[in-house]
Amino acid sequence: MTPEAQIRLVGDDLDERSLALRRLVVRGLDGGKRGHLGSAFSLIEALRVLYDDILKFDPKNPRWADRDPCILSKGHGCLALYAILADKGFFPAEELDRFCRFDGMLGGHPERAKVPGVEASTGALGHGLSIGLGQALAMRLQKRDSRVFVLMGDGEINEGSVWEAAMSAGKHRLSNLVAMVDYNKLQSYDRTSVVQDLEPLTDKWRAFGFAVHEVDGHDVDQLRHVLSSVPFESDKPSAIICHTVKGRGIAEAEGNPAWHHKSKISDDEVAAMYAELD
Amino acid sequence: MRKTSLDTVYEMARRDPRVVFVGSDLGAGTLDAFKEEMPERFFMEGVTEQNIIGMAAGLAMEGFIPYVNTIATFITRRCFEQVAVDLCLHNLPVRLIGNGGGLVYAPLGPTHLAVEDIAIMRSLPNMTVVAPVDKEEMARFVPQTLDMPGPVYIRLAKGGDPIVSREENGFEIGKAIEMRAPGDILLVSTGVMTNRALDAAAALETAGGLKCGVLHMHTIKPLDETALLGFAGQVRGIVTLEEHTLVGGLGSAVNDLLGDKLGRDAPPVLRLGIPDRFPDKYGTQDDLLGYYGLQPDAIANSVREFASRHLG
Repeated sequence: MTPEAQIRLVGDDLDERSLALRRLVVRGLDGGKRGHLGSAFSLIEALRVLYDDILKFDPKNPRWADRDPCILSKGHGCLALYAILADKGFFPAEELDRFCRFDGMLGGHPERAKVPGVEASTGALGHGLSIGLGQALAMRLQKRDSRVFVLMGDGEINEGSVWEAAMSAGKHRLSNLVAMVDYNKLQSYDRTSVVQDLEPLTDKWRAFGFAVHEVDGHDVDQLRHVLSSVPFESDKPSAIICHTVKGRGIAEAEGNPAWHHKSKISDDEVAAMYAELD
Repeated sequence: MRKTSLDTVYEMARRDPRVVFVGSDLGAGTLDAFKEEMPERFFMEGVTEQNIIGMAAGLAMEGFIPYVNTIATFITRRCFEQVAVDLCLHNLPVRLIGNGGGLVYAPLGPTHLAVEDIAIMRSLPNMTVVAPVDKEEMARFVPQTLDMPGPVYIRLAKGGDPIVSREENGFEIGKAIEMRAPGDILLVSTGVMTNRALDAAAALETAGGLKCGVLHMHTIKPLDETALLGFAGQVRGIVTLEEHTLVGGLGSAVNDLLGDKLGRDAPPVLRLGIPDRFPDKYGTQDDLLGYYGLQPDAIANSVREFASRHLG
């Protein structure tokens, strides 16, 4: 798929599960009256497929030694992670009503020490892949067959530290490490092609020693198929470029930089979002 | 001191499978025996310092105890965010061994001098900061880091530093060592400045009868408040000595404590260290210590002048 071909993935209406997870995100937005809606909505299907079909985990034992860790390196997309973790029973969905509140458990960026199921405290960009690299090395040393998944944003991979980690992962031929890029083509200020062009993105990951696949990041069947086939090569880390639409699911938010982050979200806006996601 | 610290890591790794070594692009031959005997736990990751810190965090999350070694200023300045978030916020047992603390890399200039490393590290919650005085103390200290729950920053000196620590004093992280009994003045020092403090104290007593104690504050964080407050009530003045900027280091920590706890009852304090400007000379570590008035003769003069002002 070319980057240009993905922008409008029409005809693939979101199914009830995708809508329900988005409604949980809106519940969090309503709880905190703020949040990175666009950044969360582009991630929903990737997280849904990971947690529904791919990852080994135990909500009652979040640090279960045989789990597959999944790090949300683009921590600002945490409402999507909170939605799936609540859905899977890591914590009650009522926690979303206290999102970003003084004594709430769920902050505007996820914290490992506070939230069951959160693998790493992220939000400062460009940290997750190195941490995942360390976890993957540890698992190889301990002869555990777990895999580590790291979800990064496209703006995030402007960070040089990401490419340091990529170089190391390639060197170590870490086939139990999967780097996923939520390539929604919009960073905070403007389009990624304007702010800091990432192309040719698949070539970059390939050059750093990864086996790379591209998917429509909202197509559940495609995601399931691709994620089921990692590692793509037995002696390389895997990278998956997920072509997505920022804000996917809310017409006004889709592809709109103004919805990267929203604060002072009104009751009317919340009602309108629920209506659209019904 | 560096060799001792790394040799100790090697010995610990032989006994404990949780210990891993992570380096950047260190000198050829570094820990060859470690690499040969335990190649799967020896990582040399190139000039990717930010990545190394995160990678060490990931290893620690899964039960390993990483000992990370590279040049001090690259650990502290370049990786500040990784150290703060990946190590300190997660409170992970990663040990950072910083080569060339202070003015060791004098000929290499300000890019390589770690003169604010202690200030940077002690500003972070959960971090322990230690600067041993010599290699024998290093050998007593490093094994104690094995089972500490949180991150530790270890400041290395040049190597070949005079042995002034004593086995009978032992070593306990966070517990200062009285190297010389307090007199009128207490010198509080860390790292290799403690050997200069001892020389200065001896010279002062010989020359004019001014009695100075020396408290070796090898652990700057957590600061041994009990020892400091105890001595503060016994002496008429305190002089802090550090191979570090006067902004935020040992002297600042001591002043903060005395001000907070004793207020006007605190004894007068003189802080000796490096002024708040980038070093503008090269030469050797000793040259720069002399330039900043941190060699024993100059220290003695400063203490004498301080005493004459405050002791009457």
